[in-house]
Amino acid sequence: MKMKKILVISLLAVFGVYLTEALFKLDFGRQFFQQGVKDFYLVTTPMKLQVANVVTAIVVNFRGFDTLGEVTVLFLATTAMGSILYKGRHQLGERAVLFSGSRIVTTGSRLLFPAIILLGAYVFIHGHLTPGGGFQGGVIIATGFLLMLMAYADYSVSHIVLSVVESLAGITFATIGLLGMLHGGSFLQDFLPNGSLNDLLSGGIIPIIYIAVGFKVGAELTGLIYTALNEKD
Amino acid sequence: MIYYLILIFFLLLLMIGAAIYSIVQKDLLYAVIGTGLISLVLSVLFLLLQAPDVALTEAAIGVALTTIIFIITIRNTVRFEDEVYQKKPSKTEAK
Repeated sequence: MKMKKILVISLLAVFGVYLTEALFKLDFGRQFFQQGVKDFYLVTTPMKLQVANVVTAIVVNFRGFDTLGEVTVLFLATTAMGSILYKGRHQLGERAVLFSGSRIVTTGSRLLFPAIILLGAYVFIHGHLTPGGGFQGGVIIATGFLLMLMAYADYSVSHIVLSVVESLAGITFATIGLLGMLHGGSFLQDFLPNGSLNDLLSGGIIPIIYIAVGFKVGAELTGLIYTALNEKD
Repeated sequence: MIYYLILIFFLLLLMIGAAIYSIVQKDLLYAVIGTGLISLVLSVLFLLLQAPDVALTEAAIGVALTTIIFIITIRNTVRFEDEVYQKKPSKTEAK
């Protein structure tokens, strides 16, 4: 038994040494780093696209199709969770957290809720100017709804409204992509005028897509939290 | 510069400590708070390393949302790690 363990460990060690050696020999595009892909992005993005936040430009413009896939993965995950918890929700129909928060908690969360929603909206509307974007803004909005759901025992959000908002946002994203195909020849081609740097209405399709992503992520995560809170064992 | 490095090393040590704490801890609620602390320190580190986008994501998702979902899960299941085994007598005790 002990001999077997020693054998396995030594075999793994030999394998690890060989793997490390092989991985060290690979370049992983080192010469491109030295030539300056990062410089290309950092210089080209503000000049050509008039977008101050380079990360947003890469995520939405250069790699927009990946973002569509990411949003789809999130949608599938929330749908799966909703379908797993579906039965319990409809049989019981009551919240697992049955008691309301204290006076301080309810008053404070009522005061904080609009500010949190405003911060989330700011983050995803200004995604091309300041750090942040659709995903972050959506999560901040979902956190605001979470605060209200935990403070009030009888606070509820409509699943129909949430799914309508989510579907409309997804349709907007796909429609923008198809319009780009009509105008420029490829999916999610940038077809709107770019405007000038540091303007709110600049950057082509980036603000529209990020607003859609913000609504979508916010609605999805709010629905997920609501489903999880309503689940009762 | 040296203060910056000391700060980064302190934050890394804090992260490792929180990770070990959340593995060792038997009370799952405290363990979840430990993972939340890891995410909080990690978002500060991302901010220090000049990646504000990632820092914002980590703060929103790692600190708030994941922690809350884990707490809801603990609320609906068991709080202590060996609570399931305490309810049923184990095989060695039965013998």
